[in-house]
Amino acid sequence: MISYIVRRIAYAIPILIGVNIITFILFFVVNSPDDMARLQLGERRVTQEAIDKWKAERGYDRPLIWNAPADGVKKFSETIFFTNSIRLFMFDFGQSDSGRDIGYDISQRMWPSLAIAVPVLVIGLLLTITLALTVAFFRGTYLDTWAVVLCVAMMSISGLFYIIGGQYLVGKLLHLVPISGFDSGIASVKFILLPVAIGVVGGLGSGIRWYRTIFLEEINKDYVRTARAKGLSESAVLYVHVLRNALIPILTGVVVILPSLFMGSLITEAFFGIPGLGSYTIDAIQRQDFAIVRSMVFLGSFLYIIGLLLTDLSYTVVDPRVRLQ
Amino acid sequence: MRFTLFATDALFFSLILVAVAYVFYASRREHLRAPWRRVARNSLAMAAATVLATFLVIAILDSIHFFPRLAAVDGDEGEIQYASEVISLFDLMVGPVRRQVEKTYSAPFAIYAFSKETIELEDGQTVRDYPRLVYGGAHLADIHERNSDIAKRIVIGVSGALVVWLGLASIVFFWISHKASITFRVGFVRALSGGAPGPARTLMVTTAIIAVVIGLCAVLAPYYHIFGTDKVGTDVLYQALKSIRTGLIIGTLTTLVMLPFAVLLGISAGYFRGWIDDVIQYLYTTLSSIPGVLLIASAALLLDVYMTKHADEFTSLVARADLRLLALCVILGITSWTSLCRLLRGETMKLREVDFVEAARAFGVRHTTIILRHMVPNIMHIVMISIVLDFSGLVLAEAVLSYINIGVDPSMESWGNMINSARLELAREPIVWWSLLAALVFMFILVLAANLFADAVRDAFDPRLRVIS
Repeated sequence: MISYIVRRIAYAIPILIGVNIITFILFFVVNSPDDMARLQLGERRVTQEAIDKWKAERGYDRPLIWNAPADGVKKFSETIFFTNSIRLFMFDFGQSDSGRDIGYDISQRMWPSLAIAVPVLVIGLLLTITLALTVAFFRGTYLDTWAVVLCVAMMSISGLFYIIGGQYLVGKLLHLVPISGFDSGIASVKFILLPVAIGVVGGLGSGIRWYRTIFLEEINKDYVRTARAKGLSESAVLYVHVLRNALIPILTGVVVILPSLFMGSLITEAFFGIPGLGSYTIDAIQRQDFAIVRSMVFLGSFLYIIGLLLTDLSYTVVDPRVRLQ
Repeated sequence: MRFTLFATDALFFSLILVAVAYVFYASRREHLRAPWRRVARNSLAMAAATVLATFLVIAILDSIHFFPRLAAVDGDEGEIQYASEVISLFDLMVGPVRRQVEKTYSAPFAIYAFSKETIELEDGQTVRDYPRLVYGGAHLADIHERNSDIAKRIVIGVSGALVVWLGLASIVFFWISHKASITFRVGFVRALSGGAPGPARTLMVTTAIIAVVIGLCAVLAPYYHIFGTDKVGTDVLYQALKSIRTGLIIGTLTTLVMLPFAVLLGISAGYFRGWIDDVIQYLYTTLSSIPGVLLIASAALLLDVYMTKHADEFTSLVARADLRLLALCVILGITSWTSLCRLLRGETMKLREVDFVEAARAFGVRHTTIILRHMVPNIMHIVMISIVLDFSGLVLAEAVLSYINIGVDPSMESWGNMINSARLELAREPIVWWSLLAALVFMFILVLAANLFADAVRDAFDPRLRVIS
């Protein structure tokens, strides 16, 4: 088992290096730091001195990957590649283009993101499984047909509509909760309710349909026929045998997104003014802050790779047939 | 007029040519014709296909761009002058709706502006009141006639549309009954009662509804703003219709971009195995581990930098917006080929162990021949399914991306841009809702139709699903 884990981790490292190289090429080779400076400082009427100053403040005045004039190990370490890309491996994100410490911002902002993302995941999962199982119970009837049609209709509605409609209906017409904002501690509950509800409802359509297919696939298997032959009632077959076996693909499918919950949801956080990592990223994109976007790309990929790792491990835990090769 | 071809136009038309070639190819092969026949028998899918076809026609009309010829000025008749602004055939057809630009917001069917202005009366006095719109309901002599005027136009529109529809439907029926050697009357009754083969009744109802909608727009749009006007006074219905092209192009061109990567790499990884498989697997795992939105955002930021640097290379704003649309398709394509590639790799790995492929290898058939003759035709159903399934997701993604300002150019009509600009006005009192609603309704119709059609295609092409159900 331990050698398996070690091997999986060893496999993840080259991927992380690949991500790092891709971001480096995207952000520093395709466009030079001069171009970035020009975009940040204003289009054309900008002097070379101002550009040099902007670059020096952010450490972009170093050579890209090889510092020939420097001596010893500094040939390598005094470069943009080392200071801006290699350091990401140590989770040293450096400073944003506006001079703030990115690492500190991330550690502050991930909690509001989690406060939204975790309830959405848990409530959504429970609700989706319950409803999908009910639909699977009534398979082949009119209820099933119309439930699927409703699911397709719900999938076809833009996520933006759920947010805007929910804000308008609940926040503005009914005045039940504040439209946007955030608070610390227990006071944050009233700000979280609406985004969580909208997140859950928005995911129901595709979720129910997807889980329904998983349940239906299970229902056609041999052990279900055996269970029925034993004389078990249909509901006992469905809620005990089928549910247990169908939970394997469902839960292992959830594991991969668990680490990424830290990243938050871009659109939801932006609409509701939640100071999480999602709105942090959006702000950075709109302010064209390359340092933050770069850090978030790396962090997001890292968390996703951890998720893949956890998925592999969870398979070995829940399904003993998976051999550790 | 002088025609001009933008990059996205050219690609869009070539894609349509490919689709036509596919139809021709598939119609001669029974194993391809059979699943499509199954799709054709599904009435929900055919209703969806009719709606999609209507959208497609609008998008095609909107993709034929040209510089209109200017009216000759006296004494300067030798040389033909062209306008500097590019318009499309669709713009030409909707004519007045495009030019009827108000000052600012106005509600649907309004004849007064949305906000008060200082108006100078005839006797020189000024009052603050809602001014009459320049175009919306301008033909009304008495403002109290508005509702009866609208009702009259609705009646004319609906009845006109039905007459035209009946005429066209009769021609089609006459042709079909002639081919089936039954009398016209028998065929018509049979189709109406649901006795005809295939979803004839659904098709009739769907086309009738579409005809009525077009008829209503034709009689109402030149005189009223059906969906109101936006901040700069443009007709919202016109904007929403123009956005169809943007949505369709993003949904289809993206697939065109990613298809070569996915098919080529997926098949080679699954077929050759070994180090080729390792490299390709590494490539797509790395790419897919970067969160899609962030990769798109980074690429869009870099595009911004590039466009600032090369600002002089773009002849016009439209050309610039067009290039940006193309770039967005390429970026979306690069981020979305990985899942299809993984699917194709798995399927190819299964296929290469199948007896007929082993036999081909034993006969000494070359790798390229095996791939072209045995692999590609046998994975095409997966490609087909993923093309139609991806489409609706891409249309929805466009709206979200435009909302974060990393989507299409802000000057280009798109549902995302409409939502983005309308969102700021939600806090207004009374609320400006029509722009938002129009964008969401149009998007919903397109995506719903695409989803329903995609489901039918998947059910027809996926042999695994047929066993389950």
